[in-house]
Amino acid sequence: MNALDIALNIGVAAVTVAVVLCAWRLLRGPEMTDRLLALDTLYMNAVALIVLLGIRWNTALLFEAALLVAMLGFASTVALARYLSRGDVVE
Amino acid sequence: MHPLIEWSAAALIVIAAFFLLVGAIGLARLPDFFMRLHAPTKASTLGVGGVLLASMLVAFSQGRPGIAELLITLFVFVTAPVSANLMAQAALHLNLASRARVPDGAVPERRKG
Repeated sequence: MNALDIALNIGVAAVTVAVVLCAWRLLRGPEMTDRLLALDTLYMNAVALIVLLGIRWNTALLFEAALLVAMLGFASTVALARYLSRGDVVE
Repeated sequence: MHPLIEWSAAALIVIAAFFLLVGAIGLARLPDFFMRLHAPTKASTLGVGGVLLASMLVAFSQGRPGIAELLITLFVFVTAPVSANLMAQAALHLNLASRARVPDGAVPERRKG
Protein backbone atom coordinates (compact mmCIF):
# COMPACT_ATOMS: atom_id res chain seq x y z
CA MET A 1 0.00 0.00 0.00
CA ASN A 2 1.61 3.24 -1.09
CA ALA A 3 1.19 6.82 0.10
CA LEU A 4 -1.60 7.70 -2.33
CA ASP A 5 -3.76 4.77 -1.19
CA ILE A 6 -3.33 5.71 2.47
CA ALA A 7 -4.20 9.32 1.68
CA LEU A 8 -7.26 8.20 -0.29
CA ASN A 9 -8.40 6.10 2.69
CA ILE A 10 -8.00 9.09 5.02
CA GLY A 11 -9.82 11.34 2.55
CA VAL A 12 -12.78 9.00 2.05
CA ALA A 13 -13.10 8.52 5.82
CA ALA A 14 -13.03 12.28 6.48
CA VAL A 15 -15.58 13.01 3.74
CA THR A 16 -17.85 10.30 5.13
CA VAL A 17 -17.75 11.86 8.60
CA ALA A 18 -18.44 15.25 6.99
CA VAL A 19 -21.46 13.80 5.15
CA VAL A 20 -22.82 12.40 8.44
CA LEU A 21 -22.43 15.80 10.15
CA CYS A 22 -24.16 17.56 7.24
CA ALA A 23 -27.01 15.04 7.31
CA TRP A 24 -27.41 15.66 11.03
CA ARG A 25 -27.70 19.40 10.40
CA LEU A 26 -30.07 18.71 7.49
CA LEU A 27 -32.40 16.69 9.70
CA ARG A 28 -32.15 18.91 12.77
CA GLY A 29 -31.57 22.43 11.42
CA PRO A 30 -33.88 24.83 13.25
CA GLU A 31 -34.46 27.08 10.22
CA MET A 32 -35.09 26.40 6.55
CA THR A 33 -31.86 28.17 5.60
CA ASP A 34 -29.91 25.77 7.81
CA ARG A 35 -31.31 22.84 5.87
CA LEU A 36 -30.50 24.65 2.62
CA LEU A 37 -26.91 25.24 3.73
CA ALA A 38 -26.58 21.61 4.81
CA LEU A 39 -27.87 20.49 1.40
CA ASP A 40 -25.35 22.74 -0.38
CA THR A 41 -22.53 21.32 1.76
CA LEU A 42 -23.75 17.79 1.05
CA TYR A 43 -23.45 18.52 -2.69
CA MET A 44 -19.89 19.79 -2.13
CA ASN A 45 -18.99 16.66 -0.19
CA ALA A 46 -20.55 14.47 -2.88
CA VAL A 47 -18.34 16.13 -5.51
CA ALA A 48 -15.26 15.53 -3.34
CA LEU A 49 -16.25 11.90 -2.72
CA ILE A 50 -16.83 11.22 -6.43
CA VAL A 51 -13.44 12.71 -7.34
CA LEU A 52 -11.68 10.68 -4.63
CA LEU A 53 -13.30 7.47 -5.86
CA GLY A 54 -12.35 8.44 -9.43
CA ILE A 55 -8.69 8.66 -8.36
CA ARG A 56 -8.94 5.37 -6.47
CA TRP A 57 -10.60 3.37 -9.25
CA ASN A 58 -8.33 5.01 -11.84
CA THR A 59 -11.14 5.98 -14.18
CA ALA A 60 -11.97 9.27 -15.91
CA LEU A 61 -15.65 8.44 -16.31
CA LEU A 62 -16.64 9.75 -12.90
CA PHE A 63 -15.55 13.35 -13.45
CA GLU A 64 -18.50 14.15 -15.71
CA ALA A 65 -20.72 12.83 -12.93
CA ALA A 66 -18.95 15.15 -10.48
CA LEU A 67 -19.46 18.10 -12.84
CA LEU A 68 -23.16 17.27 -13.15
CA VAL A 69 -23.54 16.99 -9.37
CA ALA A 70 -21.84 20.37 -8.91
CA MET A 71 -24.13 22.04 -11.47
CA LEU A 72 -27.28 20.47 -10.01
CA GLY A 73 -26.19 21.55 -6.55
CA PHE A 74 -25.74 25.16 -7.62
CA ALA A 75 -29.06 25.25 -9.50
CA SER A 76 -31.03 23.73 -6.62
CA THR A 77 -29.39 25.99 -4.04
CA VAL A 78 -30.16 29.09 -6.12
CA ALA A 79 -33.74 27.97 -6.71
CA LEU A 80 -34.40 27.21 -3.04
CA ALA A 81 -32.75 30.42 -1.83
CA ARG A 82 -34.81 32.47 -4.30
CA TYR A 83 -37.92 30.63 -3.15
CA LEU A 84 -37.17 31.42 0.48
CA SER A 85 -36.34 35.06 -0.09
CA ARG A 86 -38.82 36.03 -2.84
CA GLY A 87 -41.64 33.51 -2.53
CA ASP A 88 -41.28 32.15 -6.05
CA VAL A 89 -38.41 30.84 -8.15
CA VAL A 90 -38.85 32.71 -11.43
CA GLU A 91 -40.56 36.07 -11.40
CA MET B 1 3.97 7.33 -11.14
CA HIS B 2 6.78 9.62 -10.05
CA PRO B 3 7.18 9.53 -6.24
CA LEU B 4 7.23 13.32 -6.00
CA ILE B 5 3.87 13.61 -7.78
CA GLU B 6 2.46 10.77 -5.70
CA TRP B 7 3.54 12.29 -2.38
CA SER B 8 2.33 15.76 -3.29
CA ALA B 9 -1.04 14.36 -4.42
CA ALA B 10 -1.31 12.40 -1.15
CA ALA B 11 -0.48 15.52 0.90
CA LEU B 12 -3.06 17.56 -1.04
CA ILE B 13 -5.72 14.92 -0.42
CA VAL B 14 -5.02 14.83 3.33
CA ILE B 15 -5.07 18.65 3.61
CA ALA B 16 -8.30 18.83 1.58
CA ALA B 17 -9.92 16.15 3.75
CA PHE B 18 -8.98 18.17 6.83
CA PHE B 19 -10.63 21.28 5.41
CA LEU B 20 -13.79 19.40 4.40
CA LEU B 21 -14.02 17.93 7.89
CA VAL B 22 -13.51 21.36 9.50
CA GLY B 23 -16.28 22.82 7.33
CA ALA B 24 -18.72 20.08 8.30
CA ILE B 25 -17.83 20.35 12.01
CA GLY B 26 -18.41 24.10 11.81
CA LEU B 27 -21.75 23.50 10.11
CA ALA B 28 -22.79 21.11 12.87
CA ARG B 29 -21.43 22.93 15.91
CA LEU B 30 -21.59 26.73 15.47
CA PRO B 31 -24.43 28.45 17.36
CA ASP B 32 -26.40 30.53 14.82
CA PHE B 33 -27.04 30.53 11.09
CA PHE B 34 -24.83 33.47 10.15
CA MET B 35 -21.88 31.80 11.87
CA ARG B 36 -22.76 28.43 10.34
CA LEU B 37 -22.76 30.07 6.90
CA HIS B 38 -19.05 30.81 7.23
CA ALA B 39 -17.75 27.31 7.84
CA PRO B 40 -18.90 25.27 4.81
CA THR B 41 -18.83 28.02 2.21
CA LYS B 42 -15.14 28.71 2.69
CA ALA B 43 -13.56 25.61 4.18
CA SER B 44 -15.49 23.12 2.05
CA THR B 45 -14.76 25.08 -1.13
CA LEU B 46 -11.05 24.94 -0.32
CA GLY B 47 -11.37 21.22 0.42
CA VAL B 48 -13.04 20.47 -2.91
CA GLY B 49 -10.37 22.56 -4.65
CA GLY B 50 -7.59 20.57 -2.98
CA VAL B 51 -9.13 17.23 -3.94
CA LEU B 52 -9.52 18.39 -7.56
CA LEU B 53 -5.91 19.66 -7.62
CA ALA B 54 -4.69 16.25 -6.45
CA SER B 55 -6.85 14.60 -9.11
CA MET B 56 -5.34 16.89 -11.77
CA LEU B 57 -1.82 15.93 -10.62
CA VAL B 58 -2.67 12.22 -10.93
CA ALA B 59 -4.26 12.78 -14.35
CA PHE B 60 -1.20 14.70 -15.63
CA SER B 61 1.11 11.92 -14.43
CA GLN B 62 -0.94 9.41 -16.43
CA GLY B 63 -0.90 11.56 -19.57
CA ARG B 64 -4.52 12.70 -19.45
CA PRO B 65 -5.16 16.43 -19.85
CA GLY B 66 -7.52 16.73 -16.86
CA ILE B 67 -9.93 19.19 -18.46
CA ALA B 68 -12.96 17.94 -16.50
CA GLU B 69 -11.21 18.55 -13.18
CA LEU B 70 -10.31 22.07 -14.25
CA LEU B 71 -13.94 22.70 -15.24
CA ILE B 72 -15.24 21.43 -11.89
CA THR B 73 -12.71 23.57 -10.00
CA LEU B 74 -13.64 26.72 -11.91
CA PHE B 75 -17.35 26.01 -11.52
CA VAL B 76 -17.13 25.37 -7.77
CA PHE B 77 -14.97 28.43 -7.13
CA VAL B 78 -17.28 30.68 -9.15
CA THR B 79 -20.60 29.40 -7.81
CA ALA B 80 -19.82 28.91 -4.10
CA PRO B 81 -19.80 32.66 -3.23
CA VAL B 82 -22.94 33.24 -5.31
CA SER B 83 -24.93 30.56 -3.51
CA ALA B 84 -23.59 31.71 -0.13
CA ASN B 85 -24.70 35.26 -0.92
CA LEU B 86 -28.17 34.06 -1.92
CA MET B 87 -28.50 32.00 1.27
CA ALA B 88 -27.45 35.02 3.36
CA GLN B 89 -30.06 37.14 1.53
CA ALA B 90 -32.72 34.53 2.30
CA ALA B 91 -31.69 34.48 5.97
CA LEU B 92 -31.83 38.30 6.13
CA HIS B 93 -35.26 38.23 4.54
CA LEU B 94 -36.50 35.67 7.06
CA ASN B 95 -35.06 37.87 9.87
CA LEU B 96 -33.21 35.03 11.58
CA ALA B 97 -31.88 35.58 15.08
CA SER B 98 -28.21 36.44 15.21
CA ARG B 99 -25.94 36.42 18.25
CA ALA B 100 -23.93 39.33 16.95
CA ARG B 101 -25.65 42.71 17.19
CA VAL B 102 -26.27 44.11 13.73
CA PRO B 103 -25.06 47.73 13.49
CA ASP B 104 -27.73 50.39 12.86
CA GLY B 105 -28.30 51.04 9.18
CA ALA B 106 -26.36 47.97 8.01
CA VAL B 107 -29.52 46.30 6.72
CA PRO B 108 -31.52 48.40 4.27
CA GLU B 109 -35.15 48.97 5.19
CA ARG B 110 -37.66 46.80 3.40
CA ARG B 111 -41.00 48.06 2.23
CA LYS B 112 -43.91 46.43 4.01
CA GLY B 113 -46.36 44.43 1.94
